[in-house]
Amino acid sequence: MADTATHEAHVTSTGLSNVKLGMWLFLGSECLLFGGLISTYMLYRGRVSNGPTPEQIYDIPFTSVSSFVLLMSSLTMVLAVAAAHKKDDRGTNLWLTVTALLGATFVGGQVYEFTAFYNEGLGFTTSLFGSSFYTLTGFHGVHVTVGIIMLMALVAINKRSRVPGSKSETVEMIGLYWHFVDIVWIIIFTLVYLIPV
Amino acid sequence: MTTDTTHDTDSAHGTDHAVEHGMSTRGYINIALILAAITALEVSTYYVDFGPLFLPALLIMMVVKFFMVVSYFMHLKFDNKLFSWLFYAGLFLAVGVYVAALATFHFFLR
Repeated sequence: MADTATHEAHVTSTGLSNVKLGMWLFLGSECLLFGGLISTYMLYRGRVSNGPTPEQIYDIPFTSVSSFVLLMSSLTMVLAVAAAHKKDDRGTNLWLTVTALLGATFVGGQVYEFTAFYNEGLGFTTSLFGSSFYTLTGFHGVHVTVGIIMLMALVAINKRSRVPGSKSETVEMIGLYWHFVDIVWIIIFTLVYLIPV
Repeated sequence: MTTDTTHDTDSAHGTDHAVEHGMSTRGYINIALILAAITALEVSTYYVDFGPLFLPALLIMMVVKFFMVVSYFMHLKFDNKLFSWLFYAGLFLAVGVYVAALATFHFFLR
């Protein structure tokens, strides 16, 4: 009876997973959130008041390494999804953990960067540039952190074999979220760091 | 990677259609290598003077990386078109709204 109910709950009028539809809809709405934050930064990046300018404080080599780390975490995430589809629990847990570690490295780099910027005189309220920069990159950092928590929680649940429903779909949904965080950083890295004011 | 929702649990069904429609591990690594190479090219624009090509080249590389991740790592290229519609609707709405907003502030005339 319970099995039947579970099975019927997944039969949808579109023939597609509602979970996956919901995730893509969520990611579409996230484009609007980050679009707003990025355009606000673009408008205010030249408004530095008496604080430091972007050119004075950005450390491009350091941020390039961070970007590379996050980019490679997308590879390990997709390998986790592939392993989940092959029902390879060991591989899934391994790649999910590596992804989380790469994400943690990125967030660690961001914390270091924020600390360095603060010590160089760029506080949250120093200038409109500072406010919009910290809001944009801070929101992104929070998204990465949430992703890390989801990855580690999934590893913990998977080790106990308590992933509800389709395990491969659960891994795939977290993977979609993770890749989205990566594509947002692809845009931020170019528009915020590489294009001068 | 097509999602067939009538195949609800991994344990109940031995095969997963996703495997058939995804890429091989080698394919994912190749995509990652291309992404890394483009990132290196992007970073090189900071050190090498590309003249008037600087901005268009950076924007094109950004867009290429974006769509490579979305198409191959997020499997949108292989998945049902409805997922693409949902995501690209949000993306293009965001681009349209914020380009209009930036134009209102004469951002592109600076």
